[in-house]
Amino acid sequence: MIEVRLQPEPFDAGAELRRLDALGGGGVASFTGIVRGDDGLTELLLEHHPGMTLAMMQTLAREAVARWALLGVTIIHRHGLLHPGDPIVFVAAAAKHRAAALDACASLIDHLKTSAPFWKRETFADGRSQWVEPRASDDAAAARWLRDER
Amino acid sequence: MEILYFAWVRERVGKGREVLDPPEDVTDLRGLIAWLAARSPGHAAALGDIARLRMAIDQQFAGLDTSIAGAREVAIFPPVTGG
Repeated sequence: MIEVRLQPEPFDAGAELRRLDALGGGGVASFTGIVRGDDGLTELLLEHHPGMTLAMMQTLAREAVARWALLGVTIIHRHGLLHPGDPIVFVAAAAKHRAAALDACASLIDHLKTSAPFWKRETFADGRSQWVEPRASDDAAAARWLRDER
Repeated sequence: MEILYFAWVRERVGKGREVLDPPEDVTDLRGLIAWLAARSPGHAAALGDIARLRMAIDQQFAGLDTSIAGAREVAIFPPVTGG
């Protein structure tokens, strides 16, 4: 089961997990990303490439299923205007055993940050607004999965 | 050829999309960006620092030396910041 969605609406992580729980595996791992209100952030605008972004998410999902023999994977990424406390991204993987589920989940969120065409614009309480710059630590996090990629 | 701009590249150019026909001596992404940068002060502000840009041809990431021959869509944008 591969479920990939790009949407402005909120998602129900519990409902998504129950679908993966029902696949008959031994474990389901998940990650939910939430908008942080650091430094007085009031709004986060997510821009994406219509067409390319969803295709990249689907590619990442298919690669994860193949690499970790997953029974199911779900990737949901929101776009548009978000606020502190809003869930922004959800990744979950179901597998026979915990290591595959946990590794797939961590790899997927690392690769989403570096490979999927999203751009974030932050707006702060004092009216400042800026595009988020990529962080070298995100590239390093994604690169650690390259070691044994086939 | 359809050119798409995203994030601060889009803001500086002043539009998200334009349809252009580059001259024959523009053969790769590096040349295309240099040609686009000369179109307006906004284009120059968006595209002047080539090291800060990333590109995709027909929705596949592509490096500066990639040929644009046959490309239907070229997207130019800052490094991605999803997740």
